[in-house]
Amino acid sequence: MDRLNRSEKIFRVLSYILVGAFGIMALYPVVYAFSASISGKMAYESGQVRLFPKDINFSVYQLLYEDKGFWISYINTLFYTFFGTAWSMFISVTGAYALSKKKLLFRRQFNFFVVFTMWFTAGMIPQYLNYVNIGVDNRWGIVVAFGIQAYNIILLRNTFEAVPLEIEEAATVDGVKEFQLLTKIFIPMSKAGIATVTLFYATSRWNGYFWARILLTDSKELPVQVYMRILVENYQSMFDDMPVNLAYAADSYVYAILVCSIIPVLLIYPHIQKYFAKGVNLGGVKG
Amino acid sequence: MVKEQSWKRRWSLVKKDWRLYVLLLPLVIWFLMWAYKPMGGLLIAFKNYDAGLGILNSDFVGFSNFKTLMFGTYSDQFWSAFRNTFVISLYGIVFGFPIPIFLALFMSEIRHKTYSNVMQTFSYLPHFLSEVTITGLVITLVYNGEVNTGVIAELLINLGLISENTNLIQEASYFRPLYILTGIWKEAGYSSIVYFAAIMGISPTLYEALKVDGGNKLQEIRYVTFPGMAPTLIIMIILRIGTILTVGYERIILLYNANTYSTADVLSTFVYRVGLERGNQALGASADLFNAIIAFALVIGANYISRQVSETSLW
Repeated sequence: MDRLNRSEKIFRVLSYILVGAFGIMALYPVVYAFSASISGKMAYESGQVRLFPKDINFSVYQLLYEDKGFWISYINTLFYTFFGTAWSMFISVTGAYALSKKKLLFRRQFNFFVVFTMWFTAGMIPQYLNYVNIGVDNRWGIVVAFGIQAYNIILLRNTFEAVPLEIEEAATVDGVKEFQLLTKIFIPMSKAGIATVTLFYATSRWNGYFWARILLTDSKELPVQVYMRILVENYQSMFDDMPVNLAYAADSYVYAILVCSIIPVLLIYPHIQKYFAKGVNLGGVKG
Repeated sequence: MVKEQSWKRRWSLVKKDWRLYVLLLPLVIWFLMWAYKPMGGLLIAFKNYDAGLGILNSDFVGFSNFKTLMFGTYSDQFWSAFRNTFVISLYGIVFGFPIPIFLALFMSEIRHKTYSNVMQTFSYLPHFLSEVTITGLVITLVYNGEVNTGVIAELLINLGLISENTNLIQEASYFRPLYILTGIWKEAGYSSIVYFAAIMGISPTLYEALKVDGGNKLQEIRYVTFPGMAPTLIIMIILRIGTILTVGYERIILLYNANTYSTADVLSTFVYRVGLERGNQALGASADLFNAIIAFALVIGANYISRQVSETSLW
């Protein structure tokens, strides 16, 4: 054990307290949302729900279960996340692999071509006009036209660059060509980076809202984030039409959707989080 | 040497490694189509845009859109948005930038593996929640209505910070604190990762040496930890300054309303309202371009200054 002098002891105790406080603050609203979704109407509206649920009942989830619009949007989001992430990863992994090779002609220029988009974008209006011109107003359009981020490509490129040269050379001597080199050696050896970037892409797809709301014209194609937002905008008036003696408060319905939209993130994220320090650490940005 | 290579030789290199270029192709096409092609659309800022004619065939009007923006009917809104962008961004830097650094500093003190793992997992989590979720939470937590009061609103009332009948979401003076605090809550934990990694990379022998000399904790931070994380810090500052004019529009659009425009409307939300909601695309695009050019200049400037004073730079 390290021996600590007084200032170090004070600092250490302080650290435990402050980090703990921040961690709890970060988690609190999520726990609160769940508690509020399963608390009774009276308990919630009289402000008795602080952290733990009161008068627990799941009737709001029953209602949500019967809400067709919610399920359609939920399944749409699964679709966007699955195909979108696959598409983003396909382009990013192949591209980052090529960019990581010293022998690539105009390597610097190609790298700049990617990094430049981090500093300069066309802006909302030209992008919008471009999407409309090409016809990005349906499911596949959203999958294809979005979700490639320069930062993630740089991250992957740096990951690939970290693969030892000797391994690549040995494989090349054995006659292994680029495609197999990538799938058999580079991808398996870059698990941390790939897992991290996959999580980044998957969460940005899962959370996608703005462009989906603006571009999608068919309400059957909306993702759950848009569905949730429309509900937040309308829920007070929506509940005016409902019977007064409900078991849950109007807010509970919003909280219930919120909880459902967070669950997949909560399920996947802790498993991948352990790769972050390693995965993100490699992300020093260089042109 | 690349310079001495003739095109012929280059072509033979490409032929030899054609697989590499095939792998690069999807990425190049994607960026050309969805990032570079719209840049040409910025031409619209200099045109009297007519959707029927398209961008190229619309009349060229020079800087008249910019004039309208700066001196015409929209000038009040435009300059207010411009000012708000700076103010919100500056607040974001002043209050938001140091917190992840301190968090990383405290995090690195923790020797209890499970404790630090659990707290890290908790504190990164908000970063992965959607803006819709976050604003949905904020709106209900600070809601102050007849039937119910959000937990945070109630806390503030009990502390005497706001009066019983204030609705935070509808008051212009509360928008910025709300926005900045939400941002800190969402991103501080996650942003601390890179500083944490930098601190972990500092050689333990440096700490031991200082200890032998009888240094205390503050001296340790001052003379070892800070210099050790300086390169990371500088890179993060450059990145941050470069984005000073790009306040994320999504959360603002979700959080603001007509009552709070005066303090909340930034350039990107102005573009959204004028360009997309009201359909004045040329005017929106000129505000966008104005924004982009200043932002770009800021990155280059920040990078240049940093190279002069510290030899650390992005390129």
